[in-house]
Amino acid sequence: MMREMTGAEMVMQALIDQGVEHMFGYPGGAVLPIYDAMFHQNQVKHILVRHEQGAVHMAEGYARSSGKVGVVLVTSGPGATNAVTGLTDALLDSIPLVCITGQVPTHLIGSDAFQECDTVGITRPCTKHNYLVRDINDLARVMHEAFYVAQNGRPGPVVVDIPKDVQFAKGMYVGPENIQHRTYQPRLKGDPEKIKTAVEMLAKARRPILYTGGGVINSGPEASRLLREFARLSGYPVTSTLMGLGAFPASDRQWLGMLGMHGTYEANMAMHDCDVMVCIGARFDDRITGRLDAFSPDSKKIHIDIDPSSINKNVKVDLPIIGDVKHVLEDMLTVWRGMKAEPDRRALAGWWSQIDKWRARKSLAFTTSDRIIKPQQAVKALYDQVKDKDVYITTEVGQHQMWAAQHFHFEQPNRWMTSGGLGTMGYGLPAAIGVQVAHPDSLVIDIAGEASIQMCLQEMSTALQFDLPVKIFVLNNEYMGMVRQWQDLLHGGRYSHSYSESLPDFVKLAEAYGGVGIRCSNPADLDGAIHEMINVNRPVLFDCLVDKTENVLPMIPSGKPHNEMIMPDHPEALDDAIDEEGKMLV
Amino acid sequence: MPPVIEPAERHTLSMLVDNEPGVLARIVGLFSGRGYNIDSLTVSEVSHASHLSRITVVTTGAPPIIEQIKSQLDRLVPVHRVVDLTVVGKAVERELALIKVRGKGELRQEALLIADSFRARTVDTTLESFVFEITGKPEKIDQFVSLLEPLGLVEVSRTGVAAIGRGAEGM
Ligand SMILES: Cc1cc2nc3c(=O)[nH]c(=O)nc-3n(C[C@H](O)[C@H](O)[C@H](O)COP(=O)(O)OP(=O)(O)OC[C@H]3O[C@@H](n4cnc5c(N)ncnc54)[C@H](O)[C@@H]3O)c2cc1C
Ligand SMILES: Cc1ncc(C[n+]2csc(CCOP(=O)(O)OP(=O)(O)O)c2C)c(N)n1
Ligand SMILES: [Mg+2]
Repeated sequence: MMREMTGAEMVMQALIDQGVEHMFGYPGGAVLPIYDAMFHQNQVKHILVRHEQGAVHMAEGYARSSGKVGVVLVTSGPGATNAVTGLTDALLDSIPLVCITGQVPTHLIGSDAFQECDTVGITRPCTKHNYLVRDINDLARVMHEAFYVAQNGRPGPVVVDIPKDVQFAKGMYVGPENIQHRTYQPRLKGDPEKIKTAVEMLAKARRPILYTGGGVINSGPEASRLLREFARLSGYPVTSTLMGLGAFPASDRQWLGMLGMHGTYEANMAMHDCDVMVCIGARFDDRITGRLDAFSPDSKKIHIDIDPSSINKNVKVDLPIIGDVKHVLEDMLTVWRGMKAEPDRRALAGWWSQIDKWRARKSLAFTTSDRIIKPQQAVKALYDQVKDKDVYITTEVGQHQMWAAQHFHFEQPNRWMTSGGLGTMGYGLPAAIGVQVAHPDSLVIDIAGEASIQMCLQEMSTALQFDLPVKIFVLNNEYMGMVRQWQDLLHGGRYSHSYSESLPDFVKLAEAYGGVGIRCSNPADLDGAIHEMINVNRPVLFDCLVDKTENVLPMIPSGKPHNEMIMPDHPEALDDAIDEEGKMLV
Repeated sequence: MPPVIEPAERHTLSMLVDNEPGVLARIVGLFSGRGYNIDSLTVSEVSHASHLSRITVVTTGAPPIIEQIKSQLDRLVPVHRVVDLTVVGKAVERELALIKVRGKGELRQEALLIADSFRARTVDTTLESFVFEITGKPEKIDQFVSLLEPLGLVEVSRTGVAAIGRGAEGM
């Protein structure tokens, strides 16, 4: 389709042609023409945010929970710089976004014009790719290319910076049909020889483990289905990173729970002692590996990843397979069946009985009390009431995030949205709003901390304006609990500036926004209060007062190997768990 | 115990990229942002019709780092292809340098003799100075420069390495 239109109209037309239904944005001088073009159509719905960081996190939640590309629109200068945290978050967690930024007119670029900033310069290291469109004749192509780059290969955020004169200029619009990217053609199918070798290694394994990650979610629901099929066929144990939770059902007997720094004892011990590990769409992050030279010392490692730069970045692997999880798993299953592969059942039975012994250590155990709500108990109580509902969970960053990962269990992919790579406090509420936009009839809950929630709390107002009944479940321990825990660990319990001083009255605050506020401090009232929260069809801020001293356990202290975990039955080991070298690590 | 450190190697990477504004910034930014070394860098358009530039980077690092650098370059959207010429086999590597010396009498004679034995050309002459042009491997240029050092070396301008694989195949 070729049609003459203005740049601003092209932006809207490209969004429509890309199937965009929702976008998140905030206006300003340099994007007014686009807002005007938006005014003349009703296919793309615009959610007006209260801060541009919120817009990007909303788009992330929207994208992660729906598999679509999230779209953001912000103005030049402060609009663009406010988006930077969200863009970096999306880059580290591989979330597909297209962020359109306004720019001063081309003839003023470089003159320190009003609200000018070097957006492509600032966002170059925090996007997968970015464009400055100086010529109206490039605009339509660049818009379509941006969607292509954002969602193909390893997904990520793409910025399209459009000077205001280009928004007013007229040119020919081209549709997405004939856009083919010249250079960026990620490889989806794995090398068949390597897949065959991988299946042979796996079939011969005596102590195998499937270490899965966010790449399984990125690859789409079919990848999760194939993962389940492969696990069932082989009988092998499955663990996942924080980013991959839900790809494999937590109720399955083969599920070991999350691995890594705050993962379960059985998952980490199995990673340490396995003889063949398949890493499926995960990136050997430092939260996973612990001390690198002691990481799973005796295993052969297979790594399936779509991004060649993830291979051998932190851990040297024996067999890399470059490709998309879904395609590679599909081929592995075909080869496995074709070879009539039979795992060594006796060895496997021995491996499982070892794993069961580790499981019996009950590394996620916690004590409950009838005087004070334990944070783990709060998450468990929430889970018990909503597990059979159509529910999506987001989190902020801190201890509550880890307790959510440990005690809320997921059966399906795309149900768990958390900031893993960047660890951005303030992510959870806007992300929940984005999820609610994509799934208006579902129950969406942000499990939050009282410090994190204050970083993007202004988005309550967005939730109210657009009738998005998100629930914010604050585990209020009156501390930046994760910081306090590390001060216990590294700094002799000197709690320098980690106390949440002068907290607002969250109930009144919720009411001030026009939402519902609930407070609960008594374990006996907890179930009733949660029941009330999930049955209100309005945004709720739930202030759950919990034990202020609880630490997240189990824990692999930084710089330690997997088999030196601190367990909940010996929490005192936290006190001097980290040596001088480990202190340098974060 | 720190992980085993493999000795650093010098590698020449050659890449074809879209000739567009900002591409060089992306590449240089990748090296500085991720803490990789650039020993030398050359860039020039090689095909006007298809808008392609060729960039040659000489870098040093342990083998896994070199592999990372190559993968990281390869995933930049405007980069078409990256070849590690050092891994592929012995490549032809050449650099051009312009070198100015100032001197009179014996020193001047001596400089001319050395230039001659290095097959450098004299591209500018005054009564008290020469500018030499020399092409060759970087080591040869290093050596030439160090010999001119005591003979009134004023300044050196080097292009950095351009490289191409041997044999019939292109990259
Ligand atoms: C306070 C805090 C504590 C944390 N503690 C833990 C912890 O205990 N345990 C834990 O696991 N994490 C923890 N994290 C998260 C951690 O920082 C990392 O974000 C996380 O481990 C990375 O997950 P991942 O390896 O699955 O990679 P992701 O970041 O999800 O990356 C996905 C990988 O898959 C690849 N990929 C993407 N799409 C595809 C595809 N279609 N096909 C094939 N490959 C693909 C990508 O190239 C990439 O290599 C914590 C975070 C915070 C903030
Ligand atoms: C934007 C940002 N600033 C600082 C940090 C460092 N940080 C990590 S967790 C944390 C404390 C979070 O406190 P709270 O939200 O109350 O959660 P809790 O750990 O108490 O559950 C801080 C400050 C961060 N992750 N993000
Ligand atoms: Mg807190």
